[in-house]
Amino acid sequence: MKTLVWVEHDNASVKDATLAAVTAASQLGEVHLLVAGAGCAGVAEAAAKIAGVGKVHLADDAAYANALAENVAPLVVELMGHHDAFVAPATSNGKNIAPRVAALLDVMQVSDILSVEGPKTFTRPTYAGNAIATVESSDAKLVVTVRGTAFAKAEANGGSGTVEAVAATGDAGLSSFVSAEVAKSERPELTSAKIIVSGGRALKDGPTFEATIMPLADKLGAAVGASRAAVDAGYVPNDYQVGQTGKIVAPEVYIAVGISGAIQHLAGMKDSKTIIAINKDEDAPIFQVADIGLVADLFAAVPELTGKL
Amino acid sequence: MKILVPVKRVIDYNVKPRVKADGTGVDLSNVKMSMNPFDEIAVEEALRIKEAGAAEEVIVVSVGPAKAQETLRTALAMGADRAVLVESDAEVEPLAVAKILKSLVETEAPGLVILGKQAIDDDSNQTGQMLAALLGRPQGTFASKVVVEGDKVVVTREVDGGLETVSLAMPAIVTTDLRLNEPRYASLPNIMKAKKKPLDVKTPADLGVDITPRLKTLKVVEPAVRVAGIKVADVDALVAKLKDMGVA
Ligand SMILES: Cc1cc2nc3c(=O)[nH]c(=O)nc-3n(C[C@H](O)[C@H](O)[C@H](O)COP(=O)(O)OP(=O)(O)OC[C@H]3O[C@@H](n4cnc5c(N)ncnc54)[C@H](O)[C@@H]3O)c2cc1C
Ligand SMILES: Nc1ncnc2c1ncn2[C@@H]1O[C@H](COP(=O)(O)O)[C@@H](O)[C@H]1O
Repeated sequence: MKTLVWVEHDNASVKDATLAAVTAASQLGEVHLLVAGAGCAGVAEAAAKIAGVGKVHLADDAAYANALAENVAPLVVELMGHHDAFVAPATSNGKNIAPRVAALLDVMQVSDILSVEGPKTFTRPTYAGNAIATVESSDAKLVVTVRGTAFAKAEANGGSGTVEAVAATGDAGLSSFVSAEVAKSERPELTSAKIIVSGGRALKDGPTFEATIMPLADKLGAAVGASRAAVDAGYVPNDYQVGQTGKIVAPEVYIAVGISGAIQHLAGMKDSKTIIAINKDEDAPIFQVADIGLVADLFAAVPELTGKL
Repeated sequence: MKILVPVKRVIDYNVKPRVKADGTGVDLSNVKMSMNPFDEIAVEEALRIKEAGAAEEVIVVSVGPAKAQETLRTALAMGADRAVLVESDAEVEPLAVAKILKSLVETEAPGLVILGKQAIDDDSNQTGQMLAALLGRPQGTFASKVVVEGDKVVVTREVDGGLETVSLAMPAIVTTDLRLNEPRYASLPNIMKAKKKPLDVKTPADLGVDITPRLKTLKVVEPAVRVAGIKVADVDALVAKLKDMGVA
C-alpha cells in the first residue's frame, strides 16, 4: 500500500505532529509525503530526512501558503490517483483538510486513530474517549487522521527520501486568508512537552493565572495548559485548552491545578504518564485519575511548591 | 438569505457513557439525550445573524430516529423557523449525513450552513468539511467569530497556534467552536409556540441518498482504567515525589 502523509509545517520547519503520522502510515505501507506551502522547499528537504520516507511531493505555490482546505484538497485528490491512503495528523489543519479530501474521494474518513490493527482496521476514541471502537473500512481508498499521542514519533533524521516537485492545482477562488493571531511563547509546545502545568477556573483571572501557574511552569521547563472554563473566562488564549475539544496531550507529567476533572477535560490528558492534581476539594473527580494528589488551597500550595523546587 | 443548521441528537454531555457488556456499542437505553452542544451554538449563531437583519429564515435539520423531533423542537423553541427530520433508525455516518445535507441545500439554497465542529458521540469532526467538499463551497471550520459582509462571510477560526481569520465567498459552510457564543434558553411561551412550527419528515431514500455504512464497527471497549494513586500530605511530600521522579 502507498500512503500519502500530509506534512504539518509553517513554511519553515516540519511540525512534530507529522512524525507520529509517519509512524502510523509506515504501519500501512510505503510512506510518501506531501509538503504543500509557499517558499517551503526547505521543509521538503527536511521532511525527506525523516526515517522511512520514500518520495516527498513538493507543491510550492502561493495558493498553499496558509493551507486553505479549498486549495489543498484538490491537490491531494490529484495525488491520490496513485496512492492508497491519505494520512494526516489530527491537528487543526489535518482536521480541516482530510474530511474535504475524503468526501471528494467518496470515502468515509477514520478520525483520530489510536492504532493500526490491520490493512483497513483501526481503533479510535468515541464519546470523549469513554468508548474505544475498532472499525474496518470498506472503502477502496483510506483517509485517516492520526492522534499524535498514540504513536511514537518517527526519527526526524536518518531517512533518504527524494523530493519531487508537483504542479500546483491553483487557487480555487473560494476563500482567502485574512490574518492570523499566533500566540508567541518561549515555553515548550503543549502537544510535545514532557511536563505540562494546567490551570482551571479556580485561578480567578488572567493576572492570577499568570502569577500562579507561570512561575511553576518556568521552574519545571513545562508547557502551560488550561481547562475550558479557564479559557472561556479569558484567563488564557484558546490554544491552551486541553480536552475532548481542545488539545490531546500525553506528557510524562501533567499537573492539574484547580481543575475539577470533567470527562471532557480527562479526555485530553488521561494518557499522561503521571498525573498530579492540586485541588482543595478532596472529592474532585480529578483525584480518581491522579497518581499523586494534594488536597490543598492552590494559592498557598503552588507558590510554596514553586519556591521549594 | 436562509440559514440551514444541522442538529444532532446525542447523549447529554453530563452523562458518563457506558460501554455495553457485549462490546457492540454504548448503552443509550434510559440515558438522557440532548442536542449536541456545538449544534446549540450553531442555532444560536444563525438566530443572531437573523436578528441582525442579515438572514430571513433559519431552518434546522436532523438526521436520525423519530425521537430526533424533540431535538428539532428544542431548536424551534430557541427561535428557528422550521424543521426537517430525515428519519433513519439506522446509524448514519458523516459522509452520508453530508450527502443528505447536500440534497437539502440544493432545494433550500441557503447562503450559510452552520454546523457543529464535532458531534460529541462519534467525535468525527467531518460532516461540515465533507458537505463543503460535496457542494464545492468554502468552509470556515472551528469558528469563534462569524461576520457576514455582503456576499462574503469572515470567519475567525480557533487553530493550534491561536486564531486565524479567513474570508469566504457565500454560500459557505461554517462549523462552530465553543467560544462562538452562549446559546440562549428557550422560554416557556416559545416552547409552546414551537409545537406549531412546521416540521417536515423525509427519508434518506426520498432524497436519493444511500446510507449504507462504509465503516464496520468490529467492537467497542472501555478504555484502560486509570487507578487512583496516592494522596500526599503536604507540599514537602509532593516535592519529594517530584525529586524521586527526576522532575525536580
Ligand atoms: C461540548 C463540550 C466540550 C467541552 N470540551 C472541553 C475541553 O476540551 N476541555 C475542558 O477542560 N473542558 C471541556 N468542557 C467543559 C467541561 O465540561 C468542564 O466544564 C470544564 O472542564 C471545567 O473546568 P474547571 O475544572 O477548570 O472548572 P470547575 O469544574 O469549576 O472546577 C474548578 C475546580 O477548582 C477547585 N478549586 C477552587 N478553588 C480552589 C483553590 N483555591 N485551590 C484549589 N482548588 C480550588 C474546585 O474544587 C474545582 O474542583 C466541554 C464541555 C462541553 C459541553
Ligand atoms: N445525524 C445528524 N443530524 C444532523 N446533523 C448532524 C448529524 N451528524 C452530524 N451532524 C452535524 O455535523 C456536525 C459534526 O458532526 P461529526 O462530523 O459527526 O462530528 C454536528 O455538530 C452536526 O451539526
